[in-house]
Amino acid sequence: MHNLLPGVEGFMYPNEMELQWSVLIVLYPFITGLVAGAFILASLERVFNLEAIRPTYRLALLTALAFLIVAPLPLQLHLGHPERSIEMFLTPHKTSAMAMFGFVYLWYLLAVLVIEIWLEYRPYIVARAQSAAGWSRWFYRAATLGSYNLSPRALRIDDRIGRLITVVGIPSAFLLHGYVGFIFGSIKANPWWSTPLMPIVFLFSAIVSGIAAVLLIYFVYCLARGIPLDMPCLDAMGKFLFYAFLVDFGLEMLDLVHRNYEADESLKTLSFMVETRLFGSQIVLQIIVGTLAPLLLLGLTQLLSLTEAARKGLYATAGALTLIGIFAMRWNVVIGGQLFSKSFLGYTTYKMEFATREGLLPALVLIVLPFLILWALVRIFPPMLEYDPGRKPEANPALPAEPEA
Amino acid sequence: MSVDRRQFLADATKFLLLTGAAGQAWAFVAEGRPQDAPDYDIARHWWAMFIDIEKCIGCGRCVEACKIENDVPDEPFYFRTWVERYYIPARDVTSPRAEDHPKVDSPDGGRHGFPDIYPKEDGSKSFFVPKLCNHCAHSPCVQVCPVGATFESPDGVVLVDKDYCIGCRYCVQACPYGCRFIDPRTNTVDKCSLCYHRITKGLTTACCEVCPTGARQLGDLRNPADPIHELLRTHKVQVLKPNMATGSKVYYNGLDASVR
Ligand code: SF4
Ligand code: SF4
Repeated sequence: MHNLLPGVEGFMYPNEMELQWSVLIVLYPFITGLVAGAFILASLERVFNLEAIRPTYRLALLTALAFLIVAPLPLQLHLGHPERSIEMFLTPHKTSAMAMFGFVYLWYLLAVLVIEIWLEYRPYIVARAQSAAGWSRWFYRAATLGSYNLSPRALRIDDRIGRLITVVGIPSAFLLHGYVGFIFGSIKANPWWSTPLMPIVFLFSAIVSGIAAVLLIYFVYCLARGIPLDMPCLDAMGKFLFYAFLVDFGLEMLDLVHRNYEADESLKTLSFMVETRLFGSQIVLQIIVGTLAPLLLLGLTQLLSLTEAARKGLYATAGALTLIGIFAMRWNVVIGGQLFSKSFLGYTTYKMEFATREGLLPALVLIVLPFLILWALVRIFPPMLEYDPGRKPEANPALPAEPEA
Repeated sequence: MSVDRRQFLADATKFLLLTGAAGQAWAFVAEGRPQDAPDYDIARHWWAMFIDIEKCIGCGRCVEACKIENDVPDEPFYFRTWVERYYIPARDVTSPRAEDHPKVDSPDGGRHGFPDIYPKEDGSKSFFVPKLCNHCAHSPCVQVCPVGATFESPDGVVLVDKDYCIGCRYCVQACPYGCRFIDPRTNTVDKCSLCYHRITKGLTTACCEVCPTGARQLGDLRNPADPIHELLRTHKVQVLKPNMATGSKVYYNGLDASVR
């Protein structure tokens, strides 16, 4: 055969030699997944009044915001003409799944997340606007948006609106990430992507990754601040993670069984790819290290009665492995979907560059960036209820008297 | 078939040249003033192509002509059209379905022809498949473009507005046939335009023009006098990947089941 490029095996259509979507596009579903997952976790507390996970409520919201801010960046960096991306808002093409990204994103950012966070922190913002000095006073004053009313009636209204937004927010979070799955799942040209299960698999893996990320961030935050970890909270998160992961794993297995049983023309090509080029990232990282291992660890915490220290260790390890597994899953979807020829007659390789626009370096920066933003956010909006005036005024004697009432 | 195909083609071509917008335009083109051709009526054409695999000799002149005519990047991996060679080894007891394992190559898109590497007369078969954008009537690439930079013109040609393309590459993923690439010079997508600048002046495409065997023929499905109707009537034709339901308008005669 005439293989002009190293790493190419068999026959690729000539235009297929170059991979179109790079590691940056791997980050995109990974990051939006964390956003959706963290938000859904927060919503559980809010809508179903799950007291156990309350300590992570605000942290989850702030995590969602930090990652949401970064979510469009990998897309922008990847475009051939980022300066034209505004056209997606001005002249969106109605039949394009991708054209809706901007709208779904803005809706989620502005109509859901920012309002919910603002309502949640309003008492705190008002208190700080009155007590802080210097620049931060100005900042918090602006953040009050002119509303200093903290009367029980006003707070009740806040609470009701917050609840409403959460109720709207859950389907929005589903939309945000299910939609990302649809971008891939609706490409009939690509059998690795094309399945109606894709949005659902994306959604559940998003929930899984969101819970794992908030769990780890909660760990780190408490350790850094010297705050004792709340064991009932960790146990509840561990349980959610376990069951969400079971559903996610079940869905992925359903996809696998279905593909193998249906055995359409792409099956041989795809399974060969999984056995060779994707073996490390799919079988080893995604399934063994990133799914079976954390499921086993979490299963142990559900079945055995372990000491607190052991449970903490297991939760943290399982959370970290989970994130590796979900990242590997995104990788396998995005990169895996481009390693085989649409002629089903050959394979290519992805060679990641380093310090180029779509290389490893910008990818690393984009992974670190949300954590920097989160670090800033938790300084402005303290995430632990017991350390500041929470949204239940009667529980906070420190809350200032109502100014205007 | 009782029709003398050659005679028919000659008559039909004459008829085509003497009637319709294309015919009028041709007069100007023949005089070397294509820019003065009368206005092209976009609503009166719907372009397609007929490719006869039986006739293709794999010389690659179409690929070369396309590269020159359309300023396609010279490097090996950018093609608006290319030619593939299929080789299906002889069936034997160990591989009774030899067509499942074709050997396919397309060195530099077939631009310089194909090296003679396969044995002949041993029960194997080999043939060439010229490929290009199928100008799909239900085109997935048009469907997915977020800004509408890829669009189908009313005369049935799928085109790209390079000043509008944001370079997201979604269309490249969505095309089942590998017809699209990103032009490294502009960072926008590129693909076969069916020589739109030529066909709207009454000319045929560069690839059809240079094909020494007439294996590729441009056709206008809205022109009742176009020979393509007779070609489609008298041949058993197929499109690539019919299961994709893209409404492909590049019709192949003699398409083998092994072709992907
Ligand atoms: S062949 Fe590909 S590029 Fe051409 S119209 Fe069809 S989907 Fe679009
Ligand atoms: S690469 Fe250009 S033409 Fe293709 S979908 Fe994106 S914007 Fe549209």
